[in-house]
Amino acid sequence: MKKDKLIIAKKKFDSRLIVGTGKYKNMSECAKAIKFSGAEIVTVAVRRVNISNKNKPLLMDYIDPKKITYLPNTAGCFNSKDALRTLRLAREIGGWKLVKLEVLGDKTNLFPDMIETLKTTEVLAKEGFRVMVYCNDDPLMAKRLENSGADAIMPLAAPIGSGLGILNKINIQIIRKQTKLPVIIDAGLGQASDATIAMELGCDGVLVNTAIAKAKKPFEMALAFKNAVVAGRQSYNSGRIDKILMGNPSSPTEGII
Amino acid sequence: MKKIKIKVNGKVKTVLNNSKLSDLLKNLNIPLKKVAIELNQEIIDKKRSNNIKLKKDDKIEIVHFIGGG
Repeated sequence: MKKDKLIIAKKKFDSRLIVGTGKYKNMSECAKAIKFSGAEIVTVAVRRVNISNKNKPLLMDYIDPKKITYLPNTAGCFNSKDALRTLRLAREIGGWKLVKLEVLGDKTNLFPDMIETLKTTEVLAKEGFRVMVYCNDDPLMAKRLENSGADAIMPLAAPIGSGLGILNKINIQIIRKQTKLPVIIDAGLGQASDATIAMELGCDGVLVNTAIAKAKKPFEMALAFKNAVVAGRQSYNSGRIDKILMGNPSSPTEGII
Repeated sequence: MKKIKIKVNGKVKTVLNNSKLSDLLKNLNIPLKKVAIELNQEIIDKKRSNNIKLKKDDKIEIVHFIGGG
């Protein structure tokens, strides 16, 4: 089988599973789950340093940014200004240009504010960032993001942390069909099979956080997602059979005694 | 020397007037390679923190990466 790599902003990755680093009990659990998942890219958040506790462990001490690609996000940003500020700071920490933009519009459903998102994508692309954009599952908005300079389209499967799985498979397929950019399903997956479905729809990767971090056994779930993404990709590449309404016997009908 | 109040990550801190930002960072045990710093909403070059003198009501933000999805 020929090498089937995920390419984002000209960088090549073997794993098509991106994992979030939030919601774990502690950093060592998070680091171990990443190992099990085989992920080469992890999302991270930008937050204030705790200046009153100088000995608090740092993420970088557990997850080596030289070995794993950090993907700084803008979680918690509800407008363009905050998102830009956050990512400019992220870049300053150590030259990170590949970033995940998410501008949320509602605190309860966490759906993205696509008008702010679009505006921010344009600015970031002009500033030299390589932007992976969290968005809703609207093909028109996805197209606009592509035209604004996004490097990857990241439509939600369902609301962040909901575990509902892919709600709108048709839209995801349309988004996949119309763009040359990588399409990564971001947010809302609940179990490994959801990732397989995403890959079978033709998506280039999936991003998972809560479904692994909050599973009863995070390490096993990380491994399950790893395998599910591989299985889904292989299935997609293999070319599935056509669906037919009636039965079609698997054994020859000739020579029946 | 005169003392001034500044804000670091939203918390009030008292420092000497015209003291250097680099001294504050050293004092707070900040690992420079793992953070980014804003002074009054403007990102500053970490390597030049010893050229920056603190003034009354300065607002400093020191951020780093933490777990997130």
